[in-house]
Amino acid sequence: MNTDPANAAFPKACPTPLLHHDRIVLGHGSGGRLTASLIEHLFQPLLSNPTLDRADDSALITCGSPVSGALAVSTDAHVVSPLVFPGGDIGRLAICGTVNDLAMVGAQPRWIAAAFIIEEGLAIETLRTIVRSMRTAADEAGVQVIAGDTKVAQRGKVDGLYITTTGVGVVPSGRDTHASNIRTGDAVLLSGPIGNHAIAVLAARGDLALQTDIRSDTAPLNQLVEAMFETGAEIHAMRDPTRGGLAASLNELATSSRASITVDEEAIPIDPDVAAACEILGFDPLHLANEGKLVAFVPERDAESVLAAMRSVAQGAGARRIGVVDDATPGRVAIRTPLGATRLVDMPAGELLPRIC
Amino acid sequence: MKHLTEYRDAHIVRRVLADITRETRDDRDYVMMEVCGGQTHSFVRSGIDRLLPERVTLVHGPGCPVCVTPLETVDRALAIAQRPGVIFTSYGDMLRVPGTSGDLFSVRAQGGDVRVVYSPLDAVKIAAENPDKQVVFLAIGFETTAPANAMSVVQAKRLGLKNYSVLVSHSCVPGAMRAILTSPGNRVQAFLAAGHVCAVMGFWEYHPLAEEFKVPIVVTGFEPVDLVRGVLATIRQLNEGRAEVENAYARVVSEPGSEEAQKLINEVFELGARAWRGIGEIPDSGLHLRDAYAEFDATRRFDVGHVRSVESTRCISGEILQGRKKPHECPAFGTECTPDHPLGATMVSNEGACAAYYRYAQDVEGAERAS
Repeated sequence: MNTDPANAAFPKACPTPLLHHDRIVLGHGSGGRLTASLIEHLFQPLLSNPTLDRADDSALITCGSPVSGALAVSTDAHVVSPLVFPGGDIGRLAICGTVNDLAMVGAQPRWIAAAFIIEEGLAIETLRTIVRSMRTAADEAGVQVIAGDTKVAQRGKVDGLYITTTGVGVVPSGRDTHASNIRTGDAVLLSGPIGNHAIAVLAARGDLALQTDIRSDTAPLNQLVEAMFETGAEIHAMRDPTRGGLAASLNELATSSRASITVDEEAIPIDPDVAAACEILGFDPLHLANEGKLVAFVPERDAESVLAAMRSVAQGAGARRIGVVDDATPGRVAIRTPLGATRLVDMPAGELLPRIC
Repeated sequence: MKHLTEYRDAHIVRRVLADITRETRDDRDYVMMEVCGGQTHSFVRSGIDRLLPERVTLVHGPGCPVCVTPLETVDRALAIAQRPGVIFTSYGDMLRVPGTSGDLFSVRAQGGDVRVVYSPLDAVKIAAENPDKQVVFLAIGFETTAPANAMSVVQAKRLGLKNYSVLVSHSCVPGAMRAILTSPGNRVQAFLAAGHVCAVMGFWEYHPLAEEFKVPIVVTGFEPVDLVRGVLATIRQLNEGRAEVENAYARVVSEPGSEEAQKLINEVFELGARAWRGIGEIPDSGLHLRDAYAEFDATRRFDVGHVRSVESTRCISGEILQGRKKPHECPAFGTECTPDHPLGATMVSNEGACAAYYRYAQDVEGAERAS
């Protein structure tokens, strides 16, 4: 530490490199040297690519091949407690969440911009782990993080770290997955078992008194989507059942298309551990969030080839046909129970609440 | 989970349903009440209610602890939770129950420290870790949650905690069954008794009821196979004119129940009258803290005993809880009253009859079929 008053006017003589801190301080968001140091030592090396490395006020992107279809843009704010959970962390979630929203409209995700709001006191090592994990997820998805911003908020004003990501993707011409394309007779396909993400995060909070090995399914789905389109099939509609779970996604699609969706309870894959946790806590697996699953509506004639394509990709290995679009309950979702009775599936209401007994 | 799968076997359920259909006579009606809200949900979720013969009517009972918690208790909870220096803890599904003004969620949004716990022992732990705060647990439930709630008080006493208290609103099943049987216009001919309650209490308490009112009482579980077996046993008793206490849930329930749990309940609580939301006061249907544990009574500690509340007149949950009406017969059902904007607790709880109808059987065809 330089205490010579003669040097006080020359702050450069007393550099405060990032490595001297093991926690985020307010100065890391000041826009001054601490901010620059955080970018230089942490964000830039971990997320490096030629566009980001130019370090301009805006990223300049070149679409490359002429864009004949549309550009897709999606933005998503990510808030999760705890920041790191079995199977993922907020960084992986922030990439996958936005990549998947782009993929659901048939876009090929290309670029991501990320804004970080960091709580004063967050361990730099935690931040490093999370940003490294963003890089890994971005590489898996084949996207680049090309722009970013960092702010630091006072301790207690933010729960550790919030990440907002905005993604841009290119939609090849001919792809249209709007709900209005759903037709009577369409097969309903689900890419794998549901509920793992929600239970993994709840268990990681440590207040469930629940010991479980369940891991979040957080994963980019764009390769799965590409495999599905490569079959040449018409994909009528797609959704990733995140918050609100499969029940919310199917209800949104039924409401906006006026389609009648009937799913078969026994066909919906649920891992035994997730089923057991739901049993204990009184949750409906259909209401639980997923971060690496999609539900797709395809014409019956294409169902088998699309299913085969889904199963050829890791993210779709557990793909199943779970239902059909019929004309029984327009605008509503019905489920056939193992006994052959049919009941309606409603939108989940508000926060998940464990039942009393 | 393998263990449970056996009790969801669709083949077994269909076989028992076939027996039910064969043995149901068409010259009489069968009106039976499933006491527990968990059973109501399981009936509606599995669709068994729609597969039963026309002559069999299920009346949904008052056995949802959240639904029968009096408005007054909710208002007292809200009053305590708003106090500075209080950590208010509760089972999750009480948070959305509407009081006269708002719910516990809205108290939390306004800065109150309201926390969901999965066991009252977690609340005791919070009290031990926060000696400068008052920690209150909303101790509601039937005989199923009473042992754990009693244990929390015993433990707080043992630890010498001066900052732990419970807002008690416990209900007991036998008193409620008696109230239903003696209410004017009662239609209930038989009970499917609540399996979980009997796991704790046994079923020795039910013999006087069965004898006095000549009603079959069949201890019934929650899985589809358990439910249809309970219904079949009830139909057989009604056909043969028997009125016995019968155990159709023997894999879990024994006649004496858990004597240890009953001892714990008796140590901390005593039987007394209590108000049931929408129904009114029923003698011998609630548990209250004994004098020896009065220091743990949140009503005294926070002086909220004077809080009195008036029920909304638009909610008919009282008639629903007593089996006089079905949820879809309420003019507010699905319109003014939904799980997002519940008028009464039967629409809030996972186990509430209105919530079950809203989630699983909102199409009128199914709802009517179930009535």
